[in-house]
Amino acid sequence: MFSDWSLLNALIWVPIAGALVVMTAGAGRPGLARGLSLLTAIVTLALCVPLWQGFDTSSAAMQFEGAVPWIRALNIHYHLGVDGISMPLVVLTALITVVTVIAAWNVKKRVHQFLAAFLILEAMMIGVFVALDAMLFYIFFEAMLIPMFIIIGLWGGPNRVYATIKFFLYTFLGSVFMLVGLIYLYLKSGTFELAQWWSLPLSMTEQTWLFVAFLLAFAVKIPMVPVHTWLPDAHVEAPTAGSVVLAAIMLKVGGYGFIRFSMPITPDASREMALFVIALSLIAITYIGLVAMVQKDMKKLIAYSSISHMGFVTLGLFVSFILLAKGGNVEMALDGAMVQMISHGFISAALFLGVGVLYDRLHSRQIKDYGGVANTMPWFAAFFVFFAMANSGLPGTSGFVGEFLVIVSSFQGSFWFAFFAGLSLILGAAYSLWMVKRVIFGEVKSDAVANLKDMSAREFFVMAVLAVAVLLLGVWPEPLVDVMRPSIQHLIDLISVTKAGGV
Amino acid sequence: MLDKNILLVIAMAPLAAAVVAGLFGRKIGRTGAHLVTIAAVALSFVLSARILWAFVQGQAEPFNENLYTWMVAGDLRMHVGFLVDSLTAVMMAVVTFVSLMVHVYTIGYMHDDPGYQRFFSYISLFTFAMLMLVMSNNFLQLFFGWEAVGLVSYLLIGFWFKKESAIFANLKAFLVNRVGDFGFLLGIAAIVMAFGTLDYVEVFQHAESVVGKTISIFPGTQWQLITFICIALFIGAMGKSAQAPLHVWLPDSMEGPTPISALIHAATMVTAGIFMVARMSPLFELSEAALSFVMLTGAFTAFFMGLVGLVQNDIKRVIAYSTLSQLGYMTVALGVSAYNAAIFHLMTHAFFKALLFLGAGSVIIALHHKQDMKAMGGLRKYMPVTFLTMWIGTLALVGFPGFSGFFSKDIIIEATHESHRFGAGLAYAATLLGVLITALYSFRLMYLVFYGPERMDAHARAHVKESPWVVTLPLIMLAIPSVVIGWLAIEPMLFGDFFKGVIVVRPEHDVVAEIGEYQFHSPAQFVLHGFTGWPFWLMLLGLALTSYIYLRRPQVTERLKKTFAPLYRLLRNKYYFDEFYQKVFVRGAVRLGETLWQWLDQKLIDGVLVNGTARLVGRFSAAIRGWQTGYLYHYALTMVLAVVVLVAFYIF
Repeated sequence: MFSDWSLLNALIWVPIAGALVVMTAGAGRPGLARGLSLLTAIVTLALCVPLWQGFDTSSAAMQFEGAVPWIRALNIHYHLGVDGISMPLVVLTALITVVTVIAAWNVKKRVHQFLAAFLILEAMMIGVFVALDAMLFYIFFEAMLIPMFIIIGLWGGPNRVYATIKFFLYTFLGSVFMLVGLIYLYLKSGTFELAQWWSLPLSMTEQTWLFVAFLLAFAVKIPMVPVHTWLPDAHVEAPTAGSVVLAAIMLKVGGYGFIRFSMPITPDASREMALFVIALSLIAITYIGLVAMVQKDMKKLIAYSSISHMGFVTLGLFVSFILLAKGGNVEMALDGAMVQMISHGFISAALFLGVGVLYDRLHSRQIKDYGGVANTMPWFAAFFVFFAMANSGLPGTSGFVGEFLVIVSSFQGSFWFAFFAGLSLILGAAYSLWMVKRVIFGEVKSDAVANLKDMSAREFFVMAVLAVAVLLLGVWPEPLVDVMRPSIQHLIDLISVTKAGGV
Repeated sequence: MLDKNILLVIAMAPLAAAVVAGLFGRKIGRTGAHLVTIAAVALSFVLSARILWAFVQGQAEPFNENLYTWMVAGDLRMHVGFLVDSLTAVMMAVVTFVSLMVHVYTIGYMHDDPGYQRFFSYISLFTFAMLMLVMSNNFLQLFFGWEAVGLVSYLLIGFWFKKESAIFANLKAFLVNRVGDFGFLLGIAAIVMAFGTLDYVEVFQHAESVVGKTISIFPGTQWQLITFICIALFIGAMGKSAQAPLHVWLPDSMEGPTPISALIHAATMVTAGIFMVARMSPLFELSEAALSFVMLTGAFTAFFMGLVGLVQNDIKRVIAYSTLSQLGYMTVALGVSAYNAAIFHLMTHAFFKALLFLGAGSVIIALHHKQDMKAMGGLRKYMPVTFLTMWIGTLALVGFPGFSGFFSKDIIIEATHESHRFGAGLAYAATLLGVLITALYSFRLMYLVFYGPERMDAHARAHVKESPWVVTLPLIMLAIPSVVIGWLAIEPMLFGDFFKGVIVVRPEHDVVAEIGEYQFHSPAQFVLHGFTGWPFWLMLLGLALTSYIYLRRPQVTERLKKTFAPLYRLLRNKYYFDEFYQKVFVRGAVRLGETLWQWLDQKLIDGVLVNGTARLVGRFSAAIRGWQTGYLYHYALTMVLAVVVLVAFYIF
């Protein structure tokens, strides 16, 4: 029934349709808006079941593929499809959206608009992951900003205007350069088909310029040092649900962009610039780890921790070029980067939700306002310690898998890659557990803490879902890696060729 | 003989019990929680004991099988699986037995604690983590167990999470262990690079192939790859087995409830590093340099940490420093290629050290959770069972001939004496003098606690009584092996072929075999021989000194403190390791983080680059806004001027 691309279409259009219904029917009726949103999110997630089941894990080809011409004059197509790299990200998006809608249950202000924005956001994010036409990708990529802009701008904290403008301009500035790159590639090839660009010969100069253009867009998005400072501000001002989606999915678009654009379209330039990107990644892991340690605001701390963890993604992606040259386990590095993206989606979502649970009760994100939360909220404390441990890469949780694969494989590139990446073992534990010590443990800090109520059933459920995901992926990552394998191998084929020679 | 399902039950039963007690603790109640965890650990113990027996009888073949494929990444296949051979069997039996005793004991010790169920859940989980560690057949799962015991120790040391000192200690323990794990992970990464596999057996089979290969870490220098691997792995062992300078977490771990101290110090966690090196003997045997490093680290720890034990007044801390020192002995044994002696001492130590800790706990309960030995004394008539069993533990610890500790420690000292490794002379001196130190702090503890005047306050004295049977039974059960295990195990473990093919020692390194050839004939003869050796006389000297000081002239201690004031201060402050780490690493990292954040992130990137750009654009627009005056003649003038310029441009 879903052998064609109607499934992917449904994944994009069901949330949009749901959002429209929520907007119209849910106005002034928050209960209905919540119910309809949850229904939409669950239906979308349910659509992922046939997607996962119908997915042929032995093939690197795009699946559930389909295309119709969209703007004939420019040869732009509405072209969708998934492979082993995008499919898990689609599922992650659908899952996190359900979590977000449940987490946003107690938002009081303009509920229908708030939830509709998330459904639109979901559609845009899924669109980014399934678009095979570069212009379509770009449109989703930019359109994604709008709902998030509105979410932070309308439902955010006191300094939300600064944060939203910073967020918007930062990301927009980056992606404008990508647009120039896309137009250049179109002029050169006469098409916006990604797959054709992968085999398009490009001189070294062309590749270098294109690489820089893509790097600007994706480095801001993921984000990499030194273009990361929008993220902590955006997180601090965003409402809980906004932070969850931002950290869990929107950052991954940056990593996905590297995989889809930079690496296969400009492999020679990537090879040339690999050491540069690796250096930035290692700086992100260590420098940002240190910065995370001294944060006084829990959300800022987790935001910095996200940047540090995304350093593993870029390290894994670009160390693969070094490994290709030196002869190392390339697949391991790329697997590590991918698993890290998925895993961080669960863990960062849970941590931001945790801060949200506290914020809802005490209206503070400052570490100093807490202390001894375990006394009054034992279940919450258990979850928070668990996710903090996952965040510091404890084996048996998903946080370990990606870091382990990336560290072990980058050792084959250079001892020092592994050395600096490995420091996160100490730094990650230091900032995560020091926060736990000050927030969760200790004597009850104040009357406010003494009066805290433990998690509601709704909050418990959301945390439990994420905890199960983190454990499953940590104990048995093979099913995920199995889905990705042919596509990763295909990616290795794409990045191990030289395109500059033929020109 | 060995069945996969039985092994699964051994490992999983404590996990299942931990989950039940942890998640449903309130439903099943206190009794339910201790029943389910004790039943699970008892089951694991019985099955482990059967496996050990089968190996002792020589009826069991090593079991090596994968359970499932964790992940395949390129040509690297990562599995979860079990390797159970004689070494594993010893560890499993020791771990589950001591854990079982600790479980029973906990019923009494934690009787009034509101976190009763949570505690049982944790200690059961600890048992699971340790079993996964010792039963693993690959480095991945080893690392899982390695970190999992770190996690549970974190939870247990911080069990009383309201206590500031406890939550400081557990964070410290976890972070110091993470420093070790960092080295360990680099070692694993090097193994993957060198061998392309994480499987023990495959790595050992090809161990020789890396001899001669080098790795360049600093440009221009070449290190032997095998030495790098071994030292990196050993750094992990230094964290877990608390070898200097990564030992600082262990004394602080006393902040947890006493049963935990017994579990951490005797059976789980600290034994992990010793076990790991013994398991990796095929690798360590290839690097003399790494072995020397191991030996000297152990010698340093054995001697210097023992000294600190002399000046502690907290009963648990004395025993904690004794653990550090004894772990040093085991590490020395590893370093002189006497891996089997290290495991042997690990086993005897597990029994008598668990006994000592639980005995100390029994004293602590009797005195209502007071731990200062200055406020004890004369307890022998109130607590006969604790008193007697503590004596047994002490005699085993000081190595009195015939007690279990004698066999294992004497062998280590002898082996170090025989060894020709670089620095072996130093290690020999350290281990020998360590005997005197051990005797001093051990007898001091006994005298301060059980003899002399009763120094507790009147209220405490009125309530002192022997502990209930759930506490004394484990003491007795641990006292028995503390006496007999040496007699039974020395021949098969050290001179027999119990570890044949499991622990690999190159013939030219095999000091234990040399001892077996020339000095050892039977346990009884070995005991008799023990009465003539240096260690025995040093131990007697320690006994004489402490008896004189603590039974006859207690004021001598004050005079000694004054005479050796600088040394006393140095020892009281534990060589200032903590202060140094706190100042340099902890505060250094925080200050570095602050600086980077405020100067780079906030001032440079945000202040200058981001907001600076915005300001620049703003100022630029403000400036050019002035041109938009709205006066027609301004625009007309501009147009004329532009036309002039353009025309001029075209003409010239």
